[in-house]
Amino acid sequence: MAIAIAGLMTGGVAIASSAPAAPAVQGHADMHAVAPVAPEAPKSTTPWWVWPLSLFVVTFILGILAVLGGVGGGVLFVPIVGGFFPFHIDFVRGAGLLVALAGALAAGPGLLKRNLASLRLAIPVALIASSAAIGGAMIGLALSANVINTLLGATILFIVVIMATAKKSDFPVVPKPDALSQSLGIMGIYREESLGKDVEWNVHKTPMGLALFVVIGIMAGMFGLGAGWANVPVLNLLMGAPLKISVATSKFLLSITDTSAAWVYLNQGAVLPMIVVPSLVGIMLGSIIGVKILAKSKPKAIKWMVIGLLLFAGLRSLLKGLEIWK
Amino acid sequence: MTSEKTKASEEQMAYAKVLNFGMWLGLAVLVLTFFVYISGVLPSYVPIDDLPKYWSMRVHDYNDKLHAPTGWGWASLVGKGDYLNFVGIAMLSGLTILCYLVILPILIRKKDTAYAVIAVMEVLVLSLAASGLLKVGGH
Repeated sequence: MAIAIAGLMTGGVAIASSAPAAPAVQGHADMHAVAPVAPEAPKSTTPWWVWPLSLFVVTFILGILAVLGGVGGGVLFVPIVGGFFPFHIDFVRGAGLLVALAGALAAGPGLLKRNLASLRLAIPVALIASSAAIGGAMIGLALSANVINTLLGATILFIVVIMATAKKSDFPVVPKPDALSQSLGIMGIYREESLGKDVEWNVHKTPMGLALFVVIGIMAGMFGLGAGWANVPVLNLLMGAPLKISVATSKFLLSITDTSAAWVYLNQGAVLPMIVVPSLVGIMLGSIIGVKILAKSKPKAIKWMVIGLLLFAGLRSLLKGLEIWK
Repeated sequence: MTSEKTKASEEQMAYAKVLNFGMWLGLAVLVLTFFVYISGVLPSYVPIDDLPKYWSMRVHDYNDKLHAPTGWGWASLVGKGDYLNFVGIAMLSGLTILCYLVILPILIRKKDTAYAVIAVMEVLVLSLAASGLLKVGGH
């Protein structure tokens, strides 16, 4: 099915690039369109409904893979939809942010109630990341599609390297909490069911962690990616939060970071419901199925499949940006 | 088994409660309005059949070509099927601000000054992003 859809998408793009220019749009919008300001895109002969339907099917599959591969939906969504669908990368990034935001909003309440996501840890980090994400979104919307695609491709390839090589630590050792984390009271206790005991945790290197969240926020806003791939290593490996706390807090954190960037995209008009809603519903339904499959799957094989998918999508984005593979 | 020590704080539970309710409400509105949009019950600002001609444009060109609203301009067009969807999107995007406003009185009551100040700053940052005051230049 995925191959058929990929073929359809490729065909659709080919049709779009070969068909003659379309007549002016009819309806309300055109009443205001006195003179064309921008060149009109070539007309596609593919009916409109094919795209949201394809988007729904593809994002449903991505939703399953994201859960099984342990990544956020946004990081798969933006390079794959940006690379293989006819939508401009501006709209894809706007949709990507909302996809990541919806996933984080959906997961947030459960993670907070179970005390796995820590509000105490998230609030200071979120202020830094969400402020930076606004800047990132503004930079991203001001850059050309080629520059964005090139940088996005490079970032995705970097994520591939992180995913393939980074180690994780279930319970990092924090010899001494730093002064900032102590003054803010960033600490907690959670029930580790796998060990059957309560685990106390602290963090250290908070100033360095906060500084890195400036970079993470900018990248999240610029590319419309959820930033879980970067949040987790910083919270876990650098700041020393336990892995479960890091993963849960990272997921919750996206609901705040992506909110600020999403507003910038929304206010600039870079949000098309025809792209957003099928994607959002597809990813969420796929994630629900993914969770059910997770118990029976072989995580390592799937992790490498997701890495392979990201590698392909990252290369596609990079080569598209460099105008080598249009 | 959850002991008292491992329980989430009062503000964390309050945040979770509002987030849970708002998320489901926003999603329901989003899906409902999308069906209104594609069913054609309401006219669309950009006719659905014509949308594929424009979605491959840069957003600045799209806005210029179609005179599409920016900022909160969409609010005056919620009678159009496509812009009606923005109600659900804005609800989901605005939910975090509401959650912060809900926990703020708890933080103040607990005399957690540092977090109360950070929460106020976060509300200001998100409100600025939501305000539409931030303009992005074309490329």
